[in-house]
Amino acid sequence: MSVTESDRLKEQEEREDAGAPRDSTADEAELHRVLSETWGTKPGFWGWITTVDHKLIGRRYIATTFFFLFLAGLAAMVMRAQLAQPEGQVVGPDLYNQLFTMHGTTMMFLFAVSVMEAVAVFIIPLVMGTRNIAFPRLNAFSYWVFLFGGVMVWGAFFLNIGPDVGWFAYVPLSGPEFSPGKRADFWAQMITFTEVAALAVAVELIVTILKQRAPGMTLDRIPLFAWAMLVTAFMVMFAMPSVMVGSSMLIMDRLVGTHFFNPAEGGDVLLWQHLFWFFGHPEVYIIFVPASGMISVMLPAFTRRPVFGHLALVLSVISIGILSFGLWVHHMFVTALPQLGESFFTASSMLIAIPNGIQIFCWVATIVSGKPRYATPMLFIIGFIITFVIGGLTGVMVASVPLDTQVHDSYFVVAHFHYVLIGGAVFPLLGAVYYWFPKFTGRMMSERLGRWNFWLAFLGFNAAFFPMHLLGLWGMPRRIYTYQPELNWGDMNLFVSLAAVVVFASFALFLWNVLYSLRHGEPAGDNPWDADTLEWATSSPPPAYNFAHIPVVTAREPLWAERRALPVAVGLRTDMRELVITSVTEARPELRESSPDPSIWPLISAIALTGLFIGSIFTPWAVVYGSIPLTIALTAWFWPKGDKEDEA
Amino acid sequence: MTLQVTGHQWWWEITYQDPSPERVLRTANEIHIPTGRPVRLVLNSTDVIHSMWVPNLFGKRDLLPGLQTVIDFQADKPGVYRGQCAEFCGLQHARMGFLVVAEPPEAFDAWRLAQLRAAEAPKEPERQRGEQVFLRSSCIMCHQVRGTPSAGRVGPELTHLATRQFIAAGTLPMNRGNLAGWITDPQSIKPGANMPMTQIPPRDLQDLVSYLEGLR
Amino acid sequence: MMRAVLLALAAVAVLALPSCKREKRETRASTVPAEQPRQLALSTNHAGSAQAPPMESAGKRYEESAYQITEGKRLYTWFNCNGCHANGGGDSGPPLMDDKWIYGGEIQNIYATIQQGRPNGMPSFRGRIPDHQIWQVSAYVRSMGRNVRMDIAPSRNDDMHPRASENRLPLAPPVAGGSTPPSAQHPQ
Repeated sequence: MSVTESDRLKEQEEREDAGAPRDSTADEAELHRVLSETWGTKPGFWGWITTVDHKLIGRRYIATTFFFLFLAGLAAMVMRAQLAQPEGQVVGPDLYNQLFTMHGTTMMFLFAVSVMEAVAVFIIPLVMGTRNIAFPRLNAFSYWVFLFGGVMVWGAFFLNIGPDVGWFAYVPLSGPEFSPGKRADFWAQMITFTEVAALAVAVELIVTILKQRAPGMTLDRIPLFAWAMLVTAFMVMFAMPSVMVGSSMLIMDRLVGTHFFNPAEGGDVLLWQHLFWFFGHPEVYIIFVPASGMISVMLPAFTRRPVFGHLALVLSVISIGILSFGLWVHHMFVTALPQLGESFFTASSMLIAIPNGIQIFCWVATIVSGKPRYATPMLFIIGFIITFVIGGLTGVMVASVPLDTQVHDSYFVVAHFHYVLIGGAVFPLLGAVYYWFPKFTGRMMSERLGRWNFWLAFLGFNAAFFPMHLLGLWGMPRRIYTYQPELNWGDMNLFVSLAAVVVFASFALFLWNVLYSLRHGEPAGDNPWDADTLEWATSSPPPAYNFAHIPVVTAREPLWAERRALPVAVGLRTDMRELVITSVTEARPELRESSPDPSIWPLISAIALTGLFIGSIFTPWAVVYGSIPLTIALTAWFWPKGDKEDEA
Repeated sequence: MTLQVTGHQWWWEITYQDPSPERVLRTANEIHIPTGRPVRLVLNSTDVIHSMWVPNLFGKRDLLPGLQTVIDFQADKPGVYRGQCAEFCGLQHARMGFLVVAEPPEAFDAWRLAQLRAAEAPKEPERQRGEQVFLRSSCIMCHQVRGTPSAGRVGPELTHLATRQFIAAGTLPMNRGNLAGWITDPQSIKPGANMPMTQIPPRDLQDLVSYLEGLR
Repeated sequence: MMRAVLLALAAVAVLALPSCKREKRETRASTVPAEQPRQLALSTNHAGSAQAPPMESAGKRYEESAYQITEGKRLYTWFNCNGCHANGGGDSGPPLMDDKWIYGGEIQNIYATIQQGRPNGMPSFRGRIPDHQIWQVSAYVRSMGRNVRMDIAPSRNDDMHPRASENRLPLAPPVAGGSTPPSAQHPQ
C-alpha cells in the first residue's frame, strides 16, 4: 500500500475514533480471537436464523438451489418415463403439464439464476478481499424470500394447485378464462418472489464489486468472475422488472379483472410475450455469463498461465450483456411480426455469436498455450467447450427466420437450449463446485468419483439430448404428453429416456460425492489448486471475518505475483464490524465503513412479505392489510439502535 | 384460394370462403387443397394461442385471438400431409392434429362440390333410427349435420364426417369401433376435451354409428 | 423448536388439503350418478318411508370445484343459456345474478330446473345435456348468484364485459322464495 493510502486511513482514524482497538496488532492469535468474536455468528438456532455472514447464507443458498435442481430433475425423469413409448400411461395430460411447467420454472427461476447468484454471494466478497458482502441483511432477506417462494410453488404442486401453463405462461392460456383456479397465480407470484430475491442480490453484488474491492484492485485487475457477476447483476436489474410487471398484470387480470391481455377490451396477447421475452432472453445470458466467468477464473489454475486475452474477455462479457437485450423477438418469429423487424432480430441474434466466439477462442488459446492439468473441474471445462459450441451453432441456426419457423417449438429447440444451458452453464457450475468445494467446506471432493461424474454427465447428456435434434426435425412438437405410434418417434424417445437415466445417475453421483466428501474428503489447504485469486489467500473454509488483514493487490494475479506474502492494509477496528470502501476505478481506500450485525428482522420482513404475496393470490385486499406487518417489520429493521451500527 | 382456419381447444375449424354464401363450406380437421395453386390460410383463434405447422408444407404460424395471421403456400405434389398444433394450448395440445390433403384440381373441385351438398336422408331403417338418435340426444347441442334440424356450431361440422380419415382431430382413424368408443367415452381417449361422455343404450349406439358412417 | 415447526407445517398441510380437490381437473364423470332423477330428492321432506339420497352431495362436488364451474361458464354460452338469461341480468328469462329464486337457489334446485324445465318458457334439457354438464352449468349459475366462495368462482372472460366477474362479487346466500322478479311476473 502506498504511503498516501495509508495516510488516508490514518487521517480518518485520528479524526474520529482515536484509541479504538485496531487490526494493526502483531499478535495473530489475539487478532483471530477478537475478530471472530466481532464477526462470528452465534451458535444455535437463533444464530442460524439471524446470521448475516455471506458465507453461511451463500452455502445455504447453494444447497437450496441444488435441492430444487433435484426436484426438477425428478420431474424430468417422470416426463421421460411418460414419453418413453407412444401412448404412454405413466401420467395423464394434467399432471404432465404441471410437471413440465414445474421443471422449466424450477430450472430457470429456482435453480439456474439463483445458483449463480448463490455462488457469487459466497465467493465474490472473498475474491474482492473484503469481510462481508454489501448490505448483508438484505442478503439474508433475499435468501428467505427465495426460500419461501420456492417452497410455496412446490407446496402448491404437491397440493395439486401447481401451475400447468408452461414456464412461459402465455396468455390467454394462463389468463382468467382458460386457467381456472389458482394454479397460474401461484406461478405468477413465484416470479415475484424470486425476482425480489434476485434483484436484492444484484444490488449487493454491484456495490460489493464496485466499492469494496481490496486496495489496489484497479478495474483492470478485477478477476473475470467478478466482471461476469457485475455484468450479470446489471442485466438482472434491467431484465427482471419486465417480467415482474408482466406477472403482476397477469395476476391483476385474473384477480381483479383488468384487461391488459384481453383483446376484446383493447388488450393484447402479444404484449405478454414481449414483456416475458424482454426478460426471458437476457435470462439465458444471466445464466450463461456467470458460468463463463467461472471458466475464466478456473482456467489459470489448471493451465498454469494467466487467461489469454483478459481485456478481450472483459469486453466480450460486457457486449454480451448489452446485446442480449436486443434479441428477444427471436422467440416470437412465428407470431407474424413485420418482416423488417424479424430481419433485425435475426441479425442481432447472429451478432451475439461474435463475443461468444471470442470467449471460446480465448479459452482454447489459454488451454493450448498452457500446461493443462486434467482434474475434474478441467474436465468439465473441456466438456463445456464441446457442448456449448454445438449449442451455439444450433443457436445461430434458429436465429434464421425460415429455419426457425420449422424448428420453433419442436424438440430441436429443446435440444438446442439444453445444450446451451446444461452445456453452457451447468457443466461449468459443476466444475466450479469441484473447484470451490474446498473453500466452501475445507475438504476436497473425491477425484475418482468426480471423473465418473463427469463422464456419466457428458456422455449421458449428449446421448439424451443430441437425438432430440432429430426428433425435432422429424416433426415432434414440444410440450406434448404423448404421441401416436404411427409417427415412428417411439424408438428414439425410448433411447432418449434411457440416456436421461444416465444423466440423472450422474447427478445422483454428484450428490453422493458432495455428501461423502463433506465427511470424509481430504482436508484441503488454503490454496489446493495453487490458484491466483484472493479467495485462496485465506484459510479453507474462511474464518467469519474472511481475512485477518485486508490484502493489497499489486497485480492481476495477486497470489502468483506475491508468492511469499501478500501486502496488507491495516487500520480497521477490531471491536466492531468494519470494512474498507475503495474508489470505483482505482480502488484507492476512501473510508472505513461499518457493516451491520446479525438481525432477526430480515427473516420477519420476509415472512411478512410472504404473507402479502400469497394473500394477494386470493384477494387484492392482501396488498393493503399485508403491508401493515411488512411496514412494521421494515421499520423495526431500519430503526436507529443508538449504537455504533447506526453509523453504517 | 383463401381458407379461414380457426383454432379451437383442441380442433381446427376450416372455412372455404366464397363470394356466394351458399358456396361457403365449413369443415373440420382436414384441409383439402388443389395442387399447383397458391393457397392462403387466414388464421384466427377463438380461445388460446395455437400454432399451425405442417412440416412438409410450411413452417409454423401462430393463431392468435384478436389478431389475424396468414400462411401462403402451395403444394406441388399430391399427397396427404400431417400437421399438428405447435403452441402449447392446454390439456390436449398433444392431440390437436390435422391433415392437409393435396389433390389434383379436378379431384379437389369434385370434393368441394360433394362437400357442399347437404347430407342425404338415410334410406336403411337402421340409419333412419340412427338419425333419430342423433337428433334427440345431446349431439345436436354442439354439432351440425346440414340437411337435418341440427344446428350446433361449437363443435366440428359432421355433414360429411365419414369422408374424413380421422376423428377427434387426427387422433383416431375413422372406423366403426373408434366412432362408438369416441361417442361413449371421449374422456378416456382425450381427457379434458370438450366432448362429454354420453350414455346411449347399445342398440341406439349401433344405429347412431351406422348413421354417422353413412355421412359421406 | 423443530417440533413446533413440524406441527405448524402439519397444520398448514391440513388446512391446504381441500385445495387438492378444488383444483382437480376431473374430466371423466364416472363417479357421477347416472341420470336417475327419481332417486334424487330435492329436499329432506318426503312422503312415505323411502329414503332417497339427497342431491346436495352430488352438487356440492361441482360447486366446490373451480374447474367444474369454469366448464359450466363455457357451456352457459355454448348451450345458449344467455339467449334468455343474458349475462345473468335476465331478459326473457329471469335474472340469475340476484338473490331471488322462483324454484329455489340451491344447486340441486337449479339442476332440477334445467333438467325438468319450468313453465313460461324454460325448456327441459333432459337427454339433451348430459347429467355431468347440467351440474357444471348449475354450479356456474350458483357462482353468478354470489353463492360460491370467491376463490373458486371464475374470473373474467376474454370478451366484452357487461358486469364484474363472478370472483369479484361478495358472498350472498340465496333468499328462498324471495319476491318474484318482473320478468317472471309478466311471462311472455
